[in-house]
Amino acid sequence: MNIDQTIVTIVSLLGIGFTYWFFLAKKDNKVKVSGSVDIIVDGGYSPEVISIPKGKTTQITFLRKDPTACLEEVILGDFKIKRQLPLNKRVTIDISPTKIGEFTYSCSMGMYHGKIIVE
Amino acid sequence: MEQNKKTFSIKGMHCASCVGIIEGSLKKVDGVSEVIVNLATEKATIVYDGTKVTDEKLSSAVSNVGYQALINEEIKTEDEEQKEKQKELRSLRTKVIISLILGGLILWGAFPGLMKTAPMILQNFWVQLLLATPVQFWAGFAFYRAAISAIKHRTANMDTLVVIGTTVAYGYSVFVTIFPQIVTKIGIEPMPYFDTTAIIIGLILLGRYFEAKAKAGTSEAIKKLIGLQAKTARVLRDNKEIDIPINEVIIGDIIRVRPGEKIPVDGIIVLGESSIDESMITGESMPIDKTSGDTVVGATMNKTGTFTFKATKIGQETMLAQIIKLVQEAQGSKAPIQRLADLVSSYFVPVVIMLAILTFAIWYIFGPTPTLLFAILNTVAVLIIACPCAMGLATPTAIMVGTGKGAEHGILIKDAESLEIAHKINTIIFDKTGTLTKGKPEVTDIIPIDKSVSSDELLKLAGSIEQGSEHSLAEAIVKEAENKKLVLSKVEKFQAIPGHGVEGIIGGKRIVFGNKRLMDKENININNALNEISEMENNGKTVMMIGTNNKLVGLIAVADIIKESAQEGLIALQKLGIEVVMITGDNQRTAKAIGQKLGITRILAEVLPDQKEIEVRKIQAEGKVVAMVGDGINDAPALAAADVGIAMGTGTDVAIEAADITLINKDLRSVAAAIVLSKKTMRTIRLNLFWAFGYNVILIPVAMGALYPLFHILLSPIFASVAMATSSISVVGNSLLLKKKKIV
Repeated sequence: MNIDQTIVTIVSLLGIGFTYWFFLAKKDNKVKVSGSVDIIVDGGYSPEVISIPKGKTTQITFLRKDPTACLEEVILGDFKIKRQLPLNKRVTIDISPTKIGEFTYSCSMGMYHGKIIVE
Repeated sequence: MEQNKKTFSIKGMHCASCVGIIEGSLKKVDGVSEVIVNLATEKATIVYDGTKVTDEKLSSAVSNVGYQALINEEIKTEDEEQKEKQKELRSLRTKVIISLILGGLILWGAFPGLMKTAPMILQNFWVQLLLATPVQFWAGFAFYRAAISAIKHRTANMDTLVVIGTTVAYGYSVFVTIFPQIVTKIGIEPMPYFDTTAIIIGLILLGRYFEAKAKAGTSEAIKKLIGLQAKTARVLRDNKEIDIPINEVIIGDIIRVRPGEKIPVDGIIVLGESSIDESMITGESMPIDKTSGDTVVGATMNKTGTFTFKATKIGQETMLAQIIKLVQEAQGSKAPIQRLADLVSSYFVPVVIMLAILTFAIWYIFGPTPTLLFAILNTVAVLIIACPCAMGLATPTAIMVGTGKGAEHGILIKDAESLEIAHKINTIIFDKTGTLTKGKPEVTDIIPIDKSVSSDELLKLAGSIEQGSEHSLAEAIVKEAENKKLVLSKVEKFQAIPGHGVEGIIGGKRIVFGNKRLMDKENININNALNEISEMENNGKTVMMIGTNNKLVGLIAVADIIKESAQEGLIALQKLGIEVVMITGDNQRTAKAIGQKLGITRILAEVLPDQKEIEVRKIQAEGKVVAMVGDGINDAPALAAADVGIAMGTGTDVAIEAADITLINKDLRSVAAAIVLSKKTMRTIRLNLFWAFGYNVILIPVAMGALYPLFHILLSPIFASVAMATSSISVVGNSLLLKKKKIV
């Protein structure tokens, strides 16, 4: 193997490892919420993972700052909620979960994900 | 002075005194001349001087007294949203056109064979760089912005792939343009790929443009439903007719509706009669005649007569609002089949990036010369061809079209899961009374035994004596007599004999009316009518006998009538290969008679209401996927126990809560239609998922060069972008095709 091929091999392996680490091995930063929370929609949802109590109503306010078309709708399928998120406008939804568990939500194409953990 | 009028919602009102408090506070705002606060609609309407009054002043006036004003909400923002969308679409179109024109020019000057016909200037690499740069960074700006903000969250998406792919190609081309001698030195002909980058961006944007247009079509059903809403109502207040906006109508308002007008809210007709077209709500195409005491539904169309009605449901309580809410919820719910696609799409993009890096390494190390060029082009092709969007769109778009189509036919589906399970149903249990039958007994036969009495006279006699009775059979007889416009006689010494019937004196003659036991008790011989009696009883009818002077005068039979749509509805189900079961509290004989008429062989008779749920579970235990069809009120536990509970549209909250599917048209043919809809929706979803997965699973390896060793086939990045753009459009398009499918 030539020197350039060796370099390409090493860099490629590093690149694959880095991609895995960067996108797939990240830890969820869980934010514990009581009452209400603001979620900023900008290249994803932040905070991305929230935990809310079972049996109580939590107000989630989405504020979309990212004009990407994909993000213009948020779908919380487990709670049967689909909302349009107009740019730079606050949209509040109330959820009162009755079941414990982890529920993911996403944009309309399922490209961006967030998670609600009911505890 | 600039007079303006404005209506806005107020949150936190709970009693009539709130109205006074808010009105007082708003009136104090300088420039406000008139205030009306409506408790029922929770809205305030003000007339004000636009030069003095600001939204902030109004909202602080309301919040100062402890409430919240929602000024400039809903309708206006929806309009703005629409405009914003239109603007976005227009700008997208401009970008598409410019990118494709510039891309086309570069292609002309760079494509082998074509380039000979192109002007020299287009063949100049620096000119190509000049043309490609605006496409890359102006038209492609949205990709960069989305990719960068996603990277900040350590997520990757469609845009990330496009950005990496086109940037690699663009970067290489710039390098070639600036340092052609270096490229030549390592054995590669110095050829930039500006045409590729520009055309890829143009085509992907074109795909997005079509996709956005098609996606708008999937939510058409909801828009249509919202559009059904009447804007104003003609209300009688203080003996005057005034036109007011629909959100100012309060419960108890008397509203006049003239021919050709839309009924604004739900209510009960007070005066007048008319024929009403309810097709927009129930899907029932025949207009229905209604008169005082009948309910009318908001958003339906008054055809011929003029009438006044009392508003009983307004705002979010109306049937239309409930339907809209239900459909919106269903469209926002998740079908179980989607979970796999969700899981795959969350790992998809990072995996594709890793595959792209792998592709580069393999081609660089093992590929033919010039290895660098092959490595770059194939990497770009992999990045560009991968299309996670198609997977994400496959299920939700079909669910949206499916639930919307259902709503148009009077079939309300509670959630995507119900729609998905419905296609597996192989057994349907029908509740008899009120579902297969009308639930209200009607007179079916009037047979004079004493030939000197006509059937009208017999009915008149029976009707007269039953006037005072509260029995449900009596109601049927009296109603029939009224229908025939018979004048009923006065009854003296009326007496009900429990378990037997009634007796009384009419015109001096003692009349008895009741069952066989009563005749026995009265020593009336019924032998000459035994044949008729048993024949009618075998047909599931209840036979009552009239006697006077110890003689049988005649027979009147009453039965619960089978609904017109039952026969056809059941045939449609049998055609689908679904077993039909009837469940009823009636005795075996009556149940059998009805079952025979409808061709139902499996009959569960003498089942008490609270036992229905157990019967449903028993059939489920046979391994069947069971749907239960009932009226939703006393069947709620059975509806909930079934795999799919189908309620016949009472529109009550109980029914909608307990049922997975509500048939607001009350048409039994819709049961089969709902199942057909489910089957067709699932077929669309499966086809979508097959395309979306198959596309990625097959074409990503091809882009990596899997076919090269055997067939020397490689995918050009431009072709990759065409395939990518087509794939998500084809998924949305396939979902839209569902609209055209027939379900009844």
